[in-house]
Amino acid sequence: MQVLVLTRKKNESIIINDNIEITIVDVQGEQVRIGINAPKSVSIYRKEIFLEIQAENKKAAEVKNVDLKDLLK
Amino acid sequence: MLLKTKHFGEINIDETKIIDFKDGIPGFENLKRYVVLYDGDETSPFRWLQNVDDGQLAFAVVNPFLILKDYDIEIPGEAVEGLDIEKIEDVMVLSIVVVPEDISKMTMNLKAPVIINTKNNKGMQVVLDTDRYSVRHYIVEELRRQEVNAGACSDKKEK
Repeated sequence: MQVLVLTRKKNESIIINDNIEITIVDVQGEQVRIGINAPKSVSIYRKEIFLEIQAENKKAAEVKNVDLKDLLK
Repeated sequence: MLLKTKHFGEINIDETKIIDFKDGIPGFENLKRYVVLYDGDETSPFRWLQNVDDGQLAFAVVNPFLILKDYDIEIPGEAVEGLDIEKIEDVMVLSIVVVPEDISKMTMNLKAPVIINTKNNKGMQVVLDTDRYSVRHYIVEELRRQEVNAGACSDKKEK
């Protein structure tokens, strides 16, 4: 089992299992409203899409000096 | 302006072609100006998204519609507004490609495409409000699938 702690802001989302979306709808003091869009029964893991895309972008930036013409053969 | 780039050496950038990414892109928020370059072969679906502020930063990008024929996106309102998009013909959509050591495993980010308004040269990377598309979509595999599908369709026609 793992435990994860995430900080989110209003209107930011978490994507779970590629078919679940959890959105922070509202934050009032210590109260947080969360919208969840998900199938009824799924294995759940939390993932922060922005961080994911950021990481993906960083990976993409490591591209070696390839010839684009060689990418599809 | 002259720019020393990672992939092309020193090249001359046509300043009228510079695309302004107001918020940069995630992971590179401070680098805001890009140009789209191609590697001699205009018919290839691939391009470089070359940063102008940092010549060492360039992304291989691909026209996702040429890989996944039924890629189907709704341009988020934040992009329509943020990029002042008026006509769909002005919009260029690019997916950022991760090219690993094993090129056959390269992926494209269909979940977070780069949207460019070619009319005013404004761009941003958006996150689609859909679970249909992944940030790591295998390109070679997809092309094989499309070939198989195309084959299956033509078989049917022959019968």
